[in-house]
Amino acid sequence: MPDLGLEVLWKGKNFVRLLGGLWVALRISLIAAGISVAAGIILGILASRKHSVSSVILRIWLGIIHIMPQMVLLFLMYFGTTRAFGWNLSGETAAVIVFSLWGTAEMGDLVRGAVSSIPAIQRESAEALGLQPVQVYRWIILPQAVRRLIPLSINLITRMIKTTSLVTLIGVVEILKVAQQIIEANRKASPNAAFGVYLTIFVMYYLACRLLSLAAKRLEKHWR
Amino acid sequence: MAETVLSISHLTKRFDDQTILEDLSLDVREGEVVVIVGSSGCGKSTLLRCINALESIQGGEIRLRGEPIRQDSKNLPEMRRKVGMVFQNYELFPHLTVLDNILLAPVKAQKRSREEAREEALALLDRVGLKEKAGSYPRQLSGGQKQRVAIVRALIMHPEILLFDEVTAALDPEMVREVLDVIVSLADQGKTMLIVTHEMSFARAVADRIILLEDRRILEESTPEQFFTSPKTEQAKKFLQSFEFNRKNKAEA
Amino acid sequence: MDWAYIGKVLPLYGKAAWLTLRTGTAGILLAALVGLLSAAVLHWRVPVLRRITAAYVELSRNTPLLVQLFFIYYGLPKIGIKTNPEACGIIGLAFLGGGYMAEAFRSGIEAVDRIQEESALSLGLTRWQTFLHVILPQAMAISVPAFMANVVFLMKETSVFSAVSLMDLMFTAKDQIGLYYQTTESLFLLVSAYLLILLPLSLLGTFWERRLRHAGFGT
Repeated sequence: MPDLGLEVLWKGKNFVRLLGGLWVALRISLIAAGISVAAGIILGILASRKHSVSSVILRIWLGIIHIMPQMVLLFLMYFGTTRAFGWNLSGETAAVIVFSLWGTAEMGDLVRGAVSSIPAIQRESAEALGLQPVQVYRWIILPQAVRRLIPLSINLITRMIKTTSLVTLIGVVEILKVAQQIIEANRKASPNAAFGVYLTIFVMYYLACRLLSLAAKRLEKHWR
Repeated sequence: MAETVLSISHLTKRFDDQTILEDLSLDVREGEVVVIVGSSGCGKSTLLRCINALESIQGGEIRLRGEPIRQDSKNLPEMRRKVGMVFQNYELFPHLTVLDNILLAPVKAQKRSREEAREEALALLDRVGLKEKAGSYPRQLSGGQKQRVAIVRALIMHPEILLFDEVTAALDPEMVREVLDVIVSLADQGKTMLIVTHEMSFARAVADRIILLEDRRILEESTPEQFFTSPKTEQAKKFLQSFEFNRKNKAEA
Repeated sequence: MDWAYIGKVLPLYGKAAWLTLRTGTAGILLAALVGLLSAAVLHWRVPVLRRITAAYVELSRNTPLLVQLFFIYYGLPKIGIKTNPEACGIIGLAFLGGGYMAEAFRSGIEAVDRIQEESALSLGLTRWQTFLHVILPQAMAISVPAFMANVVFLMKETSVFSAVSLMDLMFTAKDQIGLYYQTTESLFLLVSAYLLILLPLSLLGTFWERRLRHAGFGT
């Protein structure tokens, strides 16, 4: 049996440190996801009216987000703002901002799609009952849209979690960085640590994303 | 008496625990036109699909000119080439032109030369009045035209027998005629055919023999004259009455 | 903006863009091939292989490319599988993209009506001929939007190649920022280079998709 370098994981607090690194990644995505959902719902509702200013803004915003690699956006936020505005953002803050901008645009588009898919007669009949526009959204439109939205937004969060792996490249100490530190520190004792540690991270990411996408599939079936 | 083309003996077909056809036997002789009627869900279509080995069978056997047709036989594609099938919804290939739809099987499966097959395809198209549609795509055709192309697609393989599975059921009423006319002319040319249909006057005109399929088996088998004027079984009477009743209703309304 | 500096480093970015384009294209082509084979295996329900393929698709879609690259580049050599940076990037992209492409093709194949297959079989075509001449052409047309979305997505994913020391656009920009503090110019060049690569791809995708949506075969 070749040395797979797995023993490193059980040395000291290494495994806990890795989990800590994963938590940093999850924390970034969860904060960004929270902001995205809230802002996305507002943006999406505003943009669901055809030919409105907000729908144009959303389209342009989405266009930029879709065309640029997330890595480039992270770079722009991390290095660019220092130069342009003199901000000194931490890597984590830069990441949260970029992911929120990305998530809000995507979430906005999902909400827009879900809201527009609800037949106009639903809104008209609610208005005929004397409901205010806000009430129409709160009680008629959103509850119907949410069912379609939840699986889609979980999918978005899964993609965010996968993308958080990038933040190591702008200096955030998350799971990949922790891994490098562990491998470096145990270079002599376990020369093959790179295999075991990276394999573990592979599995950790897989489990995190897989569980979420399973949940999304479940909900989708449940509500169909 | 003409030679037997298709011979079905003791055929049993089940889906899970549901029996669709049980111990069904039927022979079709060369040049014969056999029409199968029966209420919907009686297994008529399934029977045709079995003959083309699109369904597995759980008992009995199907032979074409003595050779067995089974889903696991090695020469299945070869056997299927000898059985022409026309489906209810035409099933033309949407990505191919009319001509390419017709040529696909002769060129790819029978390895015939494209030139020779093309000539025959155009001649056949001409005979069904669609020569000028050779370069069109299926979506540019009406339902009746599509179905006539599907018939040509089956004919060009020179099948031993043609199977028609409710080929007018999906058509608008005014297009039924043009398709049935083609089938009648095929009967006149002496083609061997097995036809499932709900068009009773067509059945009466085209059939040499009518078969009533009900309750998983053949209930009655007779000449069209006999079947329509003096049916032997109660079920056949009932079946025919169901059409009468419908007509009366329509007349009143 | 320091145009003299930009003029000086432009060839550097040109080289980096070419590397991104080259490795990206190679990875995407491989991914399409892997995806097509996987979709065929799943469609035909090939025993055993089908389970392995399904697991592969799950694994590739549920892990980040960066983690896959780290594993291939730093992990695998420990058990004797060594790659150079460029090969590693291409293999990683093919591994990730194969899963996405498999999904795109599979849903295309599934969207073709089963009776189309039966109708071809009933004409006496073999299973392979049926797949090749009847199912695949229709499935491909249905898959185009998903396929093009994957192409753009995968081309964007190449931006993490710098992590396995490929001297791509990200690597060059970061290097230049570190060396000369020419942040504005470096970011400008970085964004322009990616726009030059990605905008045509994305427009092509939209154009193709629109043509398919508003027309089918024969109109």
